[in-house]
Amino acid sequence: MSKESFTNTAAIQASLKKRYAREKRFQWYGRLAVLTGFVFLFILLADIVGKGAPAFTQQYIKVTVEFDPDRLGVEPGASDEELRKADYLGVVKSSLRAMFPEASGRQEKRQLYRLISIGAEYDLRDYVLDNPELIGQTLDIWLLAHAEAGAYLKGQISRKIPEGDRRVKDIQMQWLDTLREQGRTESRFNTLFFTEGDSREPELAGIKAALYGSFFTLLVTFLLAFPIGVFAAVYLEEFAPRNRLTDLIEININNLAAVPSIVFGLLGLAVFINFFELPRSAPLVGGIVLSLMTLPTIIITSRASIQSVSPSIREAALGVGASPLQTVFHHVLPVAMPGILTGSIIGMAQALGESAPLLMIGMVAFIMDVPGGVTDPSTVLPVQIFLWADSPERGFTEKTSAAIMVLMGFLIVMNALAIYLRRRFELK
Amino acid sequence: MNRKILGAVAIAAVIGGINTAQAQGRDTVSVVGSSTVYPFATVVAERFGRSTSFKTPKIESTGSGGGLKLFCKGVGAGTPDITNASRRIKKSEFDSCQSNGVKDIVEILVGYDGIAIANSKKSTQLQLSRKDLYMALAKDVPGADGKLVPNPNKTWKDVNPGLPATRIEVLGPPPTSGTRDAFAELALGGGAKAVPDLKTLRGLKSDQVDEIKASMAKLGIPAGVYQALVEKKGKAPKGKDIFKTVAYSVREDGAYIEAGENDNLIVQKLEANPNALGIFGFSFLEENGDKVQGSQVDSVAPSFDSIANGDYPVSRPLYFYVKAAHVGKIPGIQEYAMEFTSEKAMGEDGYLPEKGLIPLSDKELAQVQDDVKNLKRLSM
Repeated sequence: MSKESFTNTAAIQASLKKRYAREKRFQWYGRLAVLTGFVFLFILLADIVGKGAPAFTQQYIKVTVEFDPDRLGVEPGASDEELRKADYLGVVKSSLRAMFPEASGRQEKRQLYRLISIGAEYDLRDYVLDNPELIGQTLDIWLLAHAEAGAYLKGQISRKIPEGDRRVKDIQMQWLDTLREQGRTESRFNTLFFTEGDSREPELAGIKAALYGSFFTLLVTFLLAFPIGVFAAVYLEEFAPRNRLTDLIEININNLAAVPSIVFGLLGLAVFINFFELPRSAPLVGGIVLSLMTLPTIIITSRASIQSVSPSIREAALGVGASPLQTVFHHVLPVAMPGILTGSIIGMAQALGESAPLLMIGMVAFIMDVPGGVTDPSTVLPVQIFLWADSPERGFTEKTSAAIMVLMGFLIVMNALAIYLRRRFELK
Repeated sequence: MNRKILGAVAIAAVIGGINTAQAQGRDTVSVVGSSTVYPFATVVAERFGRSTSFKTPKIESTGSGGGLKLFCKGVGAGTPDITNASRRIKKSEFDSCQSNGVKDIVEILVGYDGIAIANSKKSTQLQLSRKDLYMALAKDVPGADGKLVPNPNKTWKDVNPGLPATRIEVLGPPPTSGTRDAFAELALGGGAKAVPDLKTLRGLKSDQVDEIKASMAKLGIPAGVYQALVEKKGKAPKGKDIFKTVAYSVREDGAYIEAGENDNLIVQKLEANPNALGIFGFSFLEENGDKVQGSQVDSVAPSFDSIANGDYPVSRPLYFYVKAAHVGKIPGIQEYAMEFTSEKAMGEDGYLPEKGLIPLSDKELAQVQDDVKNLKRLSM
């Protein structure tokens, strides 16, 4: 054994410790990176859930309502048309005054009326239309509380803040406390949030219109992007000749995937609205724009998935006499399907969360009615979140976070579906 | 096979939907325009939709300028029926409307809005004058020799020794916003009038060319500004036009920060940075009274009363414009306008003042209601 090799071993052994330490360090960096990511995610989720959770409950106040025919301005046995026009707001106001006769002066009365949501007027109207025999009777009815009164009942407004700086005044707090002691307040699950469209009153606002809008928009996106994307991928992968032109097309598709989404919105405005004169604010145009955005994602993932189908499957099919078309549709596509579906679902999930391109085509709008088709004016979930975040009323803060939770729920479901489909149809 | 049928049905449904929609035209009133009027317009639309058999109007917030651009594009179901504006329609916009066939426009004044210059409650309330605002935020201000120089002021103390020595940092809306236009006109323009030389220039008529040029030379305004205005207008400009060009420009060196049209965001940023000031509509100040406070301008604090009686200097009228050609073709336009201008909406006890709109006087309201009923055409 020469002296040289001996020193060499010593050198290696000496450096060994260092190398192990380096690996340890690297592992720790990695753990730290993962941990940082998780901490940020946790802070984000905790903030959203913390802010959004109260939006899922809603406060009701039991009011003794007297359906006085004189006050309503209708006779018992009036027609539906007359009942529709009756003064229900006046009834709500007089009922509140009867419950708290101590409220005097214009300012105090106004504050008293502010305990109950403006939606109560329309609720009472619908209630009386269903039960016209109520005219002339007096009964206890649960009415929806105003968002600010609701916030106090939920314990979100502290008495420590000086009165001038709060939206709920001392006298209102006193009334609400009395109501609570009498068992006339109740917290219920907020069903309105899922059954109503947008509203300017936080307590009445719901996401149904936005959900339907998102559904119609994604339907159009899927119907356009999925077939076009899959056929483009199949052609490019299985039939197209390899030449400069196809190379160019491939480069362009890859570049298109990186184009900022707002550019597609501008394109939609110029082409579909200004040139083809399709309606503004409609899911039809929104869906077309989003399908342009998702197409590259679908084509790229579909091609990758078709590419990964083992050539032996193709060769075997061709070997037993199948035509190239039969080979593709009977053998290659079914094997590639899990990958194609995964790519499409991820593309659709992206489209669901997109708001920037819709800004340009008028889908950022106040829309209360639930859309009934792809040409009705509508908005989508992310846009609804944006609009609520921009509203001056404080009650929308929790609605914003609640809507974000719903949107995230849908995204998680879609991504889980993608994973499930991949596992389910993967050939073992 | 099932899948094929399902796909065919879906496609047929989509095509069917498009066809019926095109045949019917449009049955929803389409409203665009100012983000300041948006909160009021949406409240009216909601009540209108709930209490009548018409569909709820669709309201987009595009900014006053963007709204008028869409509005003036032409007549037909593809264009909006109503546009909201937080300033009056400009002559150039009116002309563009006319040349695109939008001949009959009804102008409706809905009320007033104050522009608040607010900061966080954590710091002290500021006492500003319009001149302070001009000296702090205009692009060019008079230097020691009276000539205009690029704004050298770094802190509020530089502007006025009575103010704190904090850095000038103002968050405000971008140029597309009507709030920004109104702020430039009322606060910066109002402040510039306190500079004697600028005031003289403002008073000069278009035929006093030599006086205008002399005044410009005295203020150190390059002669090119005059020439550029001649070319833009096609005729000799007035002293006031030069004044506007000079006084309404907001500085671009970072002291004025464009914070987008989202006023809630400005409120949040003010909370995080007690030294900054923010510019936004009065309704946002009212809703966030526990977080921010409005600065006094010329010793008047922004409040419901001070804006309604005109004491608060930075306030402006709000309008909406109706395309008369669409009335009767698209259901609900005039009814919506009537709901907007009704006593229960716009009256002193109405639901709009509750949301922060400063109402019209009884006389103005009666006039406006009359205009809506008769669809009084605007001429300029």
